[in-house]
Amino acid sequence: MKVMNKRALGLSAFLVGGAVVLAGCAGGGGGESSGGADNGGDSGAAENTLTVWVDADRERALQDVATAFEEEKGIAVDLVVKEYEDIQQDFITQVPSGEGPDITIGGHDWTGAFVQDGVVAPVELGDKAAEFEEVAIAAVTYDGNTYGLPYAIENIALVRNADLVPEAPTNFDDMIAKGTAAGTQYPFVVGLNPQNSDPYHLYPFQTSFGNSVFAQNADGSYDAANLTIGDEAGQQFATWLGQQGAAGVFNLNLDGDLAKEAFNAGQAPFFLTGPWNIADAVDAGVNVAVDPIPSAGGDIARPFAGVQTFFLSSQSENALAANEFLVNYIATPEVQTALFEAGGRAPALTESFEAAQADPIVAGFASVGAEAVPMPSIPQMGAVWDDWGTTEVAIIQGSDPVSSWTTMAENIQGKIG
Amino acid sequence: MTIPTLDTHDRASDRRTDPATEKRRRRAAAFADAASAGWKVWLFKIVALGIVDAMAIYAILVLVVQEQWVIAVAIAVGVVVLNAIYLIPGLLPAKYLAPGLVFLFIFQIFVVLYTVYIAFTNYGSGHNSDKEDAITSLLQQSQTRVEDSATYPVQIATRDGEFFLVVEDPETGDLSVGGNEMPLESISSPEAAGYDVLDFSQILANQAEIGALTVPLDDDLNDGYLRTTDGSNAYLFQSSLEWDPVADTMTNTETGVVYRDIGTGAFTADDGTEILPGWQVWVGGENFVRAVTEESIRGPFIAVLVWTFVFAFLSVATTFVLGLFLAVVFNDPKMKSRKYYRVILILPYAFPAFLSALIWAGMFNQDFGFINQVLLGGASIPWLLDPILAKVAILIVNLWLGFPYMFLVCTGALQSIPDDIQEAGRVDGAGVWQVFRHIKFPLLLVSVAPLLISSFAFNFNNFNIVYMLTNGGPRFADASINVGATDILISMVYKVAFVGANRDYGLASAFSIIIFILVAVISYVSFRQTKVLEELN
Repeated sequence: MKVMNKRALGLSAFLVGGAVVLAGCAGGGGGESSGGADNGGDSGAAENTLTVWVDADRERALQDVATAFEEEKGIAVDLVVKEYEDIQQDFITQVPSGEGPDITIGGHDWTGAFVQDGVVAPVELGDKAAEFEEVAIAAVTYDGNTYGLPYAIENIALVRNADLVPEAPTNFDDMIAKGTAAGTQYPFVVGLNPQNSDPYHLYPFQTSFGNSVFAQNADGSYDAANLTIGDEAGQQFATWLGQQGAAGVFNLNLDGDLAKEAFNAGQAPFFLTGPWNIADAVDAGVNVAVDPIPSAGGDIARPFAGVQTFFLSSQSENALAANEFLVNYIATPEVQTALFEAGGRAPALTESFEAAQADPIVAGFASVGAEAVPMPSIPQMGAVWDDWGTTEVAIIQGSDPVSSWTTMAENIQGKIG
Repeated sequence: MTIPTLDTHDRASDRRTDPATEKRRRRAAAFADAASAGWKVWLFKIVALGIVDAMAIYAILVLVVQEQWVIAVAIAVGVVVLNAIYLIPGLLPAKYLAPGLVFLFIFQIFVVLYTVYIAFTNYGSGHNSDKEDAITSLLQQSQTRVEDSATYPVQIATRDGEFFLVVEDPETGDLSVGGNEMPLESISSPEAAGYDVLDFSQILANQAEIGALTVPLDDDLNDGYLRTTDGSNAYLFQSSLEWDPVADTMTNTETGVVYRDIGTGAFTADDGTEILPGWQVWVGGENFVRAVTEESIRGPFIAVLVWTFVFAFLSVATTFVLGLFLAVVFNDPKMKSRKYYRVILILPYAFPAFLSALIWAGMFNQDFGFINQVLLGGASIPWLLDPILAKVAILIVNLWLGFPYMFLVCTGALQSIPDDIQEAGRVDGAGVWQVFRHIKFPLLLVSVAPLLISSFAFNFNNFNIVYMLTNGGPRFADASINVGATDILISMVYKVAFVGANRDYGLASAFSIIIFILVAVISYVSFRQTKVLEELN
């Protein structure tokens, strides 16, 4: 009977697990909503907990802010740490099942997909909207509504090792000349990779030829029906890219990590990158200066601006508390500054943004950011990245720039219909 | 016949005169106790089943509230069966099998059934919830704040269990009150008009109803309505979509276009334009039809299918040959320090495959990789940029990852072949090669062949290595979908379904089923073949 005992014990464990798993599947799988249709009278204190998805970086920045909010308003904020890469997908699949959070952090460029799947609710910023940086509000605006609360802006800029090259370059050729004169192993580095190159990092050069991916409407939003990437300016950029590839300026085998390593080791005076790589460079003893991105085609080189955003779930049962947290709390100068100090990303609220300019590095990125264009948040953008990256790889490797580029534009057009 | 004897014994024990009989009787009672369930076992059984039943009832209640009838009934039936199995005497095999079957059902059968179900729906981007959610989202999204309208400071008030907005005019400061379908009317103070003003915690306790309050500005709805999103400020909104629950249509109030539910899982206008989000619907075999007819999928599909077979076959062949060779070498008693070599050979097996693949991707780097820089003396071989070389690279890495397994398997199989068979061969005058070729190898294949087949099936779906090493690249130059030279079926499915603008779980599930059928057929045919080998014995 000993055997029986163990069996029974094991069985109970299986069954308990099983019942829970099945219940979970039911919630996740059936597509039924347990959403807030019935919010009867039984709303105790337990319900006033805001669940917020964050990544590990942001958790550190938000921890104190969350505690302070709880003390002030009596609403607990539960920070759930997730992998940043998983958040978008998980949010889309879990919100309809009722298992999603009230609020999640994310990049503003997810907005289109979120709206298309009906998982985000608009956040009414009211008169607060005027207190934010223009690019931040433009980034979170989609189809006339503001989705989410912007809290940080980030963009790439040209990072220079001031010990190797004392002056900012005036244009791309000047940068290469200065870099070559510095006598380092590479005149200039940017992280690319053999599969997708990196359209994000190469985009400023593309805009300096006057090209964009989609045409912009008068209010700054993107027009999905008007794909402009294949136009003449785009072809000029492709031709230039082919020349640079042949000259060996862009190296597909030098990925982001290797490029960073080379710059930090003083093997390159120029590095096209974002604020996320600055701390390590400073630690490595590089005398960092941040410059505008040199133009290759004559126009201003405009990088993409990414706006870190808090999104509100469309199924949140705590919508009022969540709005209170976002609009009346996160969107205040004190909290935005606190988030900046903990996370090092330029705040989206103008008052805090200007205060952060005291730091020359932040100011350097911000002045480039002033010229930046928000990354398109329309869902059609998802169809662009892959073809874009692989075509740039092909061009850098020497395939015919103009025909490759136009084929790419046709393929993308075919996908978005 | 022993019955009369037993009777005598019983009578004897009744009289308590025979100590030896008494002893035997007690021993028999102890055996009987041990053989049937004692009270402790029964108690344990009841407690354990009680916990299980309690959990099940809880789960069923939760499911009933969520209106998940099918799963609730499944759990109820399951738990009744389990109780029966453990409470009814006998049924011994069922007692042992039940826990495993529960596991099997939850982690295999349920998942398979769910995948099959998804394959027949349009689950994916824009269709990831039910109709009710879609309508809520559409109405939510269609509300836009009236441009340049004022911010109205509000309080929340209640009367007779209903909620009202007490609105302060931003210019004059006059108070007015309004509720759902009750346009604003002036009051001097909420208390005087019989309303109770809620404090913040009361507001929080009734968020759903307060958030849903729409207060018309006046009798004409086109002037907009007030809503509050945080309980302290209200804004003037207008909605561009209107839902008619009776006709089941969405009407765009600006353009007048009517969108109907035509059964495709989204409100559709007469000219075919859909408004998203839509919802999940049953689409029948449409996903399977698309998988074989849609040109952008079918074109690269053939190339990928061929490479998948080549990749799986070569992966098994190369690892088996190397593993077998090493096993034979290290099985030779003349080899010294065999133990240590064997341990070293197992090492690649001990590393997580996806980690190894990432490291190998770095080592294959054209300019900075270990292979070109150190092993090939600074050569510039584009390992991952050239379609053929990328395939070779994948096979090399898979060889590295796979040979220790084959080595282990072959070593075990070799050691189980009795020495006397080989000796008999030797005595009959066979050479070493002949002994291996005609005796050892056929015997080895009997035990190893099924493992080779399962290894083939594994490599057929070896997503990790492809995704981590080359990500399927280099991409086919002129294909309109994102598929490359080293993509195998499973990674192609992943890309078609999950990467890019439109995730399509329905299509992905349909593909998984197609792959499952392929693997099942191959395995079935192969296992039938191995029966021939067994006849050698």
